[in-house]
Amino acid sequence: MKTLFSGLRKTYIGLILALLYSPVVLMIVLSFSESKTKWTGFSLVKYQALFQNERVMDAFITSILLALLSAAVATVLGTVACIGLLAMKKRLRSTVNAVANIPLLNADIVTGFSLMLFFAAIVGRMSHATLFISHVTLVLPYVVLNVYPKLCQFDRSIYDAALDLGASPVQAFFKVLLPDVFPGLLTGFLLALTISMDDFTITYFTKGRGLDTLSTYIYNTYHIKGILPEYYALATILFVGVLLMILLIQAINVRSAARGVSAKAQGTK
Amino acid sequence: MTKKSVWLSGPYLAWIVGFIVLPLLTILYYGLTDTEGGLTLGNVIGAVADPLNIKALGLTLLLATLATVICLGLAYPLALCLTKLKMKKKSFFIFLFILPMWMNFMLQMVAINTILEDNGVINAVLTFIGLPKLHIANTFGAVLIGMVYDYFPFMLLPVYNAVSRIDGDLINASKDLGANSFKTFLYVSFPLSLPGVISGITMVFIPAVSDFAIAQMLGGGKIQLIGNIVEMNFTKGQYHTGSGLALILMAFVMLSSLLTKDGAENEGGGMIVS
Repeated sequence: MKTLFSGLRKTYIGLILALLYSPVVLMIVLSFSESKTKWTGFSLVKYQALFQNERVMDAFITSILLALLSAAVATVLGTVACIGLLAMKKRLRSTVNAVANIPLLNADIVTGFSLMLFFAAIVGRMSHATLFISHVTLVLPYVVLNVYPKLCQFDRSIYDAALDLGASPVQAFFKVLLPDVFPGLLTGFLLALTISMDDFTITYFTKGRGLDTLSTYIYNTYHIKGILPEYYALATILFVGVLLMILLIQAINVRSAARGVSAKAQGTK
Repeated sequence: MTKKSVWLSGPYLAWIVGFIVLPLLTILYYGLTDTEGGLTLGNVIGAVADPLNIKALGLTLLLATLATVICLGLAYPLALCLTKLKMKKKSFFIFLFILPMWMNFMLQMVAINTILEDNGVINAVLTFIGLPKLHIANTFGAVLIGMVYDYFPFMLLPVYNAVSRIDGDLINASKDLGANSFKTFLYVSFPLSLPGVISGITMVFIPAVSDFAIAQMLGGGKIQLIGNIVEMNFTKGQYHTGSGLALILMAFVMLSSLLTKDGAENEGGGMIVS
């Protein structure tokens, strides 16, 4: 009876995994095939087509640059903000957090539409800048949610000790505080990167004319061009990229957790 | 690190006010005024009075509810199965289940279409075994499949978190006191997992009810949801009408997050991997 249940459980887990991965595996396998929808032997023509398709590559590069830039700015802005939040009174802090997390809870279409209306009212039309500001707004909560808990764990007396030993507040920040919260900062940055790369709705509403990210390019040309062979290659590259990135995040977390444990163990000696 | 460092949050506060609060006030303004700037409820009332919009609203609610129910129906048993795995395997399997979520959303839609298309994978298989072809692409069913596929991890994570945190002693106590497995589930495990279930419901229902991209990509323009009408108003530059509809969507969001406040507070981090 017990083995029967265990077998059923494994079958169910396997079944859902198979359903979840079938589109991904299909894209990856077909990316190495010459024919669009059938396996006709190993070939890299789709990758070749991808690198020769300027418009798709432009959109892809725009996505990457936008993600890097907005994640970087959000990480700096968010980390500095966390130090301020820590010093804030509890009630004010929870109000600020509630408002800051609105983009997480709200429907993307409302966030995107409202940003578009706001920019239209103050600057007239959408541009690179409006898209960039919108992405920073979108990813900022993810940075704060990752950095703030790490900052709470930080032992203030170490910072004070640095000041007592003659470090300036800026030196103490860079040499003592920053290395300690760095894992949270990096996780926040990488998460911000993936959220920005993956976004469609907010980009769609706030981008300027003539500028496309990967998501909006596919969306806008889909009804004319359908599924391009390039997309198979692109999906494979992106999937592998994201896989590496998540493994990196996990490795950072495991390492920082291990360091925390060993630091505690040393403390009790 | 002193009281003075409160000022370090200044730029952040300015950003929040400038790019979260003000845009929301702008959409509120547009939603409640007409093109001449006069105060009106016409956009909001018009949004629910137009028969075309009523039809879209009904379809949207039906799709979002179905997607939420199917996600829950698939995710709850899966969460139970996953908690029974060995500790080391658990985190690996959770990782496996959220990994596809991180592939580009538009490319996910493309991938699903290659499977559902009239000459896609499903129909190739059906033809091969001698069965008639199925027409799934560009239908209600295709959009539903897309939503379930895309939002499934949002349901799984909070439900799994809640189920895995249930104290095993409580289950044993219930069995010691004579309840069978079904009664234990009904009166002990299920109520304890409720916050996660509620949080999962919000995290699927909100994006589903406000979707327009999945409907467009997988419905081929034949499935008109409220989100598609908002998008149409946006492309036509009808900002007041669009805002009126967006306000109705926002009302749904606020309603579902109010109803599920307790659950969301505990499990709100479900979308975040780490």
